[in-house]
Amino acid sequence: MIIAVASGKGGTGKTTIAVNLALSIGKLEFIDCDVEEPNAHLFLKPEVTETKPVYTMVPEFDFEKCNYCGECSKICAYNALSVLKYSDGEKPEGDILFFAHLCHGCGGCVLLCPEKAIKEGKREIGVINIGKKGDIRFIEGRLNVSEVLAPAVIEEARSLVDPKKNIVIIDAPPGSACPVVASLREVDFCILVTEPTPFGLHDLEIAYEVTKVLGVPSGVVINKSGDDEIIDRFCEKKEIPILMRIPFDREIARAYAEGKALVEVFPEYKERFLEMFERIRGQLK
Amino acid sequence: MKQILVISGKGGTGKTMLSACFSVLADKKIIVDADVDAANLHLLLNPEVKESYDFVGGKIARIDPENCIQCGTCREICRFDAINEEFEVIPVYCEGCTICSYFCEQGAIILEDRISGKYFISSTKYGTLVHARLGIAQENSGKLVAKLREIAKELAEKQEVNYVIIDGPPGVGCPVMASMTGVDVVVAVTEPSLSGLHDLMRVIDLAEHFKVELKVVINKFDLSPELSQKIEEELKQKGIPLIGKIPFSEEVVTSVKRGIPFIEYAEKKPELTDIVDTIKQIWKEVA
Repeated sequence: MIIAVASGKGGTGKTTIAVNLALSIGKLEFIDCDVEEPNAHLFLKPEVTETKPVYTMVPEFDFEKCNYCGECSKICAYNALSVLKYSDGEKPEGDILFFAHLCHGCGGCVLLCPEKAIKEGKREIGVINIGKKGDIRFIEGRLNVSEVLAPAVIEEARSLVDPKKNIVIIDAPPGSACPVVASLREVDFCILVTEPTPFGLHDLEIAYEVTKVLGVPSGVVINKSGDDEIIDRFCEKKEIPILMRIPFDREIARAYAEGKALVEVFPEYKERFLEMFERIRGQLK
Repeated sequence: MKQILVISGKGGTGKTMLSACFSVLADKKIIVDADVDAANLHLLLNPEVKESYDFVGGKIARIDPENCIQCGTCREICRFDAINEEFEVIPVYCEGCTICSYFCEQGAIILEDRISGKYFISSTKYGTLVHARLGIAQENSGKLVAKLREIAKELAEKQEVNYVIIDGPPGVGCPVMASMTGVDVVVAVTEPSLSGLHDLMRVIDLAEHFKVELKVVINKFDLSPELSQKIEEELKQKGIPLIGKIPFSEEVVTSVKRGIPFIEYAEKKPELTDIVDTIKQIWKEVA
């Protein structure tokens, strides 16, 4: 079973919910899919035992075979390839400009090249850190700074777990674009974390729409809750269950700031997280 | 004309709050909301949409069942698993690489424009706002940001403004990079937490990569004076200027709930003068 924690808006408490749910349940696999800014390790403090690179497919050119026909640049939908053909009769007859950051690794150029002059190469775009904390197996995707292919790192991280055998918790990135889709694709349930402000509500609506498009059932956690009911009204209208409320509390904020897990500072929360988990599990049956 | 980008790495640190304050304080400006996945600035600036456009972010494949013989070539070559067993394209997974249409011998795959969002040119009482809404679960947020920047630049030249103020997205990925290229200064808003610090360091790396000047603001600094101290030390070591520390205030949350830029909301509240002065000072350091 895979439970993802997402939010739309950043800073609402995704990582807090994901980490504390994991610590409360105990035995499971945890994936930090916020590969642009992975933070779960700051709270879980896992022992990282393995780091492996993530590659994306990039074309590798055999200049002996290439006749600079330019077909590869025509098929490239991302304008990552530009082929120059010189007409001065000298060698080399041309050149290929490859813009690695624009390449999505679709492999079209490799398949198309009439001269079979392009083969699959690879380029590192991030790493996966693997480790453990007690019974929790920890996996973190980390995109290299100045790289763009976050979904590829997320997919690689997700390929390392076994959701048929284990409970998997995913800490998803903020937003609603491709990295979120890669994180929520084929998960069983999504916890949407929000806060009772117009920003929180606006971005909750977006995140909820993403789960609808992907066909993932969801529930809401209201963090920093107070007496404002804007989130309640939205959830009522859309019939989304409210799974938990965590009040705004300077002590909670302080524990967070220092990288302390909520259930460690306030052990009474463990029961609440377990209740939430049972409720989700009940809903999925 | 100076282009100022506000980012943070970590979400929820106060980018939009500060961008809205800059939008009030700056004299003659164009305002851009580059957080196209989850745009919020309009909730504070109350824009009136003047022009609205579809954003074509690329292509999307569609299989014509009349001509498809289900040979399986497309499913085999698609690296994004975007074609299901019934030979239908799953729109959210299709990255628009278009190679399936090249290799389909039946010519059964049609490429269509993908409308991945909408963008708007709006008027607000603070100036023109250029903003967007990326479609749900769409690709190409970076391209959409680039589009907004292009429009903002044209408008800035036409209106002869002094500033382009850009409210950036969280993270360090593709929309952030599209927000950062060619700006004059980046203001990174952080908060005193290990996550805030960790994410700020990655933002600093990115700004270095782009060779853009970076200045830092610590928001809600009094929620953890110890962590604020730690961030200050890290910045000193790296030689990056800290241009302001804003205290936590429930009143900031209230201004957001009312949908008013904080600096305007606080105008007639003498008890908030200190925070207002801090923000004005930050703006002076940036402008």
